[in-house]
Amino acid sequence: MSMGLLRLLRGNKASAPVARERLQILLAHERGMRGQPDLLGVLREEILAVVSRHVTLDPTKVIVRLERGDEVSTLEVDIEVPNDFERKKAAVA
Amino acid sequence: MAKVLVVTSGKGGVGKTTTTAALGAALAQRGDKVVVVDFDVGLRNLDLVMGAERRVVFDLINVVQGVAKLPQALIKDKRLENLWLLPASQTRDKDALTEEGVGKVIADLRSRFDWVICDSPAGIERGASMAMRFADEAVIVTNPEVSSVRDSDRIIGMLDSKTVRAEKGERVEKHILITRYDPSRAARGEMLTIEDILEILATPLLGIIPESQDVLRASNVGTPVTLSNAEGAPARAYTDAARRLCGETIAMHVPTERKGFMDRLLRRRAA
Repeated sequence: MSMGLLRLLRGNKASAPVARERLQILLAHERGMRGQPDLLGVLREEILAVVSRHVTLDPTKVIVRLERGDEVSTLEVDIEVPNDFERKKAAVA
Repeated sequence: MAKVLVVTSGKGGVGKTTTTAALGAALAQRGDKVVVVDFDVGLRNLDLVMGAERRVVFDLINVVQGVAKLPQALIKDKRLENLWLLPASQTRDKDALTEEGVGKVIADLRSRFDWVICDSPAGIERGASMAMRFADEAVIVTNPEVSSVRDSDRIIGMLDSKTVRAEKGERVEKHILITRYDPSRAARGEMLTIEDILEILATPLLGIIPESQDVLRASNVGTPVTLSNAEGAPARAYTDAARRLCGETIAMHVPTERKGFMDRLLRRRAA
């Protein structure tokens, strides 16, 4: 109680409960993933394989982002395609 | 019956080497014959913390590869009759640790000692997996901090799947040792509490080592903390932990620093 009052006066919230909650959520997820194939890694590799069949890719220009939400998660794959691809296409046409 | 104990954590800098030296010395003080083995190939430090850095001739890799015999590589502690060190190699890399070679060395150590304490390197790579591979028991050193708790959870997963015991369908007996604990910060809600950590990791507690200047002082002079200041809070906490490892039941508490000179002086005057 006195600790709570002290914290109230100082205006900062206890951070340990936040740490505890973040850990519980993270570890529940990581324990579920153990022994499973790395979905993100597999998707990344397969998507890149498909794209590189048609375009020469610079692996450093590929950005993969994952955002884990409570309801849905999003996987964002940002591939920079060199401009000569468009030019080549025009040449063929 | 010899026991192989791995001191591990996943995360670096949480106190594995300090713990290996302190538990090794505490068990040897009880009269058990103990060897502490450094698995941190390439970055050895147990020799330094034990104060034996100038006495290393042969190392674990030399023994694994048959270049040296085990008795040639073992370094006897100068303070305790029953305590020995098997250092890691400073120059070789971790690939030199073959499972077959390590298995033979561990089997040989089992026949000579009561306790074989393996000091794991940080990480989850070859050195760490070899350190835990043949373990009967594990001490998972954890700081009250999110990254350390997460890594401990990962290591617990490995102990339950990647050890010889796990593969035979047996269990490695696991214990959490919380180090660098600050009871006042935990009470203020600034640090994960013991209960938080144990609930998250679902593993029994071996001991609580309080944050203390004794630990740095002990490594500065190359003496296990249980020997450098036996009356200090971390030494008493490690001694209790060693007794629990031997099956004794000792009430769990956070040892605190005893009152200083001034406090005693004032109390004596008051009396």
